[in-house]
Amino acid sequence: MNFLLWGVLPYVVVAVLVGGTMWRYRYDKFGWTTRSSQLYESRLLRIGSPLFHFGILMVLFGHIGGLVIPKSWTEALGISEGLYHFNALFFGTLAGIATLGGLALLIYRRRTTGPVFMATTTNDKAMYAVLVSAIVLGLWTTLVAVGAGHEAHDYRETVSPWFRSLVTLQPDVDAMAAAPIQFHIHVLVAFLLFSMWPFTRLVHAFTAPLHYLFRPYIVYRSRDAALGAGARAPKRGWEPIGTRDNARRRK
Amino acid sequence: MRVMAQMGMVMNLDKCIGCQTCSVTCKQAWTNRAGTEYVWFNNVETRPGQGYPRRYEDQEQWKGGWELTQRGRLQLKAGGRLKKLFGIFASPVQPELSDYYEPWTYDYSTLIEAPLGDDFPVARPKSLITGEDTKITWSANWDDNLAGTSQMGHLDPIVEKVRRESEEKIKFEFEQTFMFYLPRICEHCLNPSCMASCPSGAIYKREEDGIVLVDQDRCRGWRQCITGCPYKKIYFNHKSGKAEKCTFCYPRIEVGLPTVCAETCVGRLRYLGLFLYDADAVTEAASTPDPKDLYQAQMDVILDPSDPAVVNAAREQGIAEDWIEAAQRSPVHALAKKYRVALPLHPEYRTMPMVWYVPPLSPIVDLLREQGHDAEAPENLFGAIDSLRIPVEYLAELFTAGDTTIISEVLSKLAAMRSYMRDVSLGREGDASIPEAVGMSEEEMYEMYRLMAIAKYDERYVIPKAHAEDAHNLEEMGCSLDFDEGPGMGGSGPFGEASGGPVPVAVETFRALKNRQEGDTAASDEQLHGRVNLLNWDGNGTPSGMFPKRGADE
Repeated sequence: MNFLLWGVLPYVVVAVLVGGTMWRYRYDKFGWTTRSSQLYESRLLRIGSPLFHFGILMVLFGHIGGLVIPKSWTEALGISEGLYHFNALFFGTLAGIATLGGLALLIYRRRTTGPVFMATTTNDKAMYAVLVSAIVLGLWTTLVAVGAGHEAHDYRETVSPWFRSLVTLQPDVDAMAAAPIQFHIHVLVAFLLFSMWPFTRLVHAFTAPLHYLFRPYIVYRSRDAALGAGARAPKRGWEPIGTRDNARRRK
Repeated sequence: MRVMAQMGMVMNLDKCIGCQTCSVTCKQAWTNRAGTEYVWFNNVETRPGQGYPRRYEDQEQWKGGWELTQRGRLQLKAGGRLKKLFGIFASPVQPELSDYYEPWTYDYSTLIEAPLGDDFPVARPKSLITGEDTKITWSANWDDNLAGTSQMGHLDPIVEKVRRESEEKIKFEFEQTFMFYLPRICEHCLNPSCMASCPSGAIYKREEDGIVLVDQDRCRGWRQCITGCPYKKIYFNHKSGKAEKCTFCYPRIEVGLPTVCAETCVGRLRYLGLFLYDADAVTEAASTPDPKDLYQAQMDVILDPSDPAVVNAAREQGIAEDWIEAAQRSPVHALAKKYRVALPLHPEYRTMPMVWYVPPLSPIVDLLREQGHDAEAPENLFGAIDSLRIPVEYLAELFTAGDTTIISEVLSKLAAMRSYMRDVSLGREGDASIPEAVGMSEEEMYEMYRLMAIAKYDERYVIPKAHAEDAHNLEEMGCSLDFDEGPGMGGSGPFGEASGGPVPVAVETFRALKNRQEGDTAASDEQLHGRVNLLNWDGNGTPSGMFPKRGADE
């Protein structure tokens, strides 16, 4: 069981994530968007969205720090276990609360603003459920650690070595199996989130426009001659105008 | 010098009657889809008025276009690259639907389905955003023809500015007001700030004809272009989550047809043609310190296509002969640079817009006529241009960053043309002193009159086809008749029914329509008579009249 969960499943998730992203990029570039709802509502979004996004970026950097950088490295830099732990818990809690607070505000907005709710798909709802669970569970592991103080479980002895061992294709299943239950659940939900990722609006994160900092302001491009005939093949997004009740009546 | 070709448009505002035909045909062609209900690639605003979206010209609020930094460098008004990236999660200054309007439809089916009763059934307005009943409170042209101007006229950002700068008030009383229409499309700028704002680099300018397009496959919906465009001519498709904008009808332009808005304009006020410009000089010109010099800077970027040095440089850049020749015959170049009567809209945004406007003389003529003067006598007109400060200042804020001398010069030329041609039309001797007063010869004046007043189809639109190597593919006739079996609408491609590329709907009437548009006489019955309308064809056999007679059109 442990072998399946921590030795096989991670690779399945990576395969789905990478394969799914490639498939999506190849066949659904038109659907690759943030699907922003700012046009409908801006007031709450302007607080909630930056709170969530900056929070989640902090969470990301925190995970990289905790999972990728071995304990021996930080110790070599003279950062004591206590100092590391305090930092991780302090900023982790802060980032987690910001992320969760922002997300709560965004979901509240999504539910209460009519047009935004109308534009919410089933896919979005499922994605939100998993995303919220992953964040809540992650915050839970952090808070459990805060509560335990110096007795807290040191995930840098269990989860992190396992994570790094995945990269070398020698999964250290035992290390992960030794971690407490809250880590197990958090990681499993994260697996689910990553396997959903390519098929939800979350893909926009993969095209974060960092190259904007380096590209020239004005972009020249040659006319795409391949299509020819002064026409382009009809694409998605050309549905006729109508309200839902009109469509219902037509049936 | 890097010579590039730019497809441009000039609109002669004196001829615009505000009928909105261009808006409607454009909408039918491009934005009649879910998610683009509120999107008007082409809209016609009544000025003074707030415009669409409301007060879009107030850049202190909307942060569109460029500004100069303290060191004189060009920077987006909404901030530098880092600032833009940090603001990406919630665009700080994006207009909301309430700044446009909430699109609606009507519940038409109740009109025929309502049960018999004492009351008349009504078609209630339904929001296209929520699907619920709605109350219509605003639209893309709610203040058309100065509707509500007595209450809301002061909300026009230009009115605010003119009022601040002159003590006089713009009067909205019926007798003293002035108004004109301003049709607007995307400006297809030389220095587009929407493009510079796009984090993904999805907006691009075509090397061949300068048309600015959004790559729908690369747009990720970051919405920065909407802030970046000072004309607010990039719209957010709220269904697809992508930015959309006026395409300059590039599929039509590529085959040498005018844009839909130009083609359907009943006033025939739009001109289409090429500019040649120096792409290397654009940034520097856009960085001109004094906004009032921007018009001249923009004129200097545009090259004279008859200058042999320019022609040589254009050839070196690979611009084809037929394009150079088209640039030489270009009506937009003539109006903007040769006669200098067409002006760019809001040059102070520093985007170098390529849709130009001949400012309207009619507000002044109308005021004169209402006061009982001969509105076409040169001395009256010239005097009025000098004394009627408010309309001139208003136009200057729109077209010359507030420089009234340029507006006065242009209006004087138009006034001179009116007066001079009145004599000629009435069979009197033309008064050479009139053109001379505005620095033109009689010949030039007559040529300008021909272009502006007679405005023949093939003089208004000089559109070279997309380039020769593949031009044969671009013929609408070609692509449909190339098959041996002769295709119908949605007919047989290589893989059976409905396969292959899309077939343009205009196919069976293309030649006849073209003849009707370009000819001086109505299309003859012979050409249209007996032709099969493919939309009504049942798909059986080849009825006579399915194809034009061999050689009949040639």
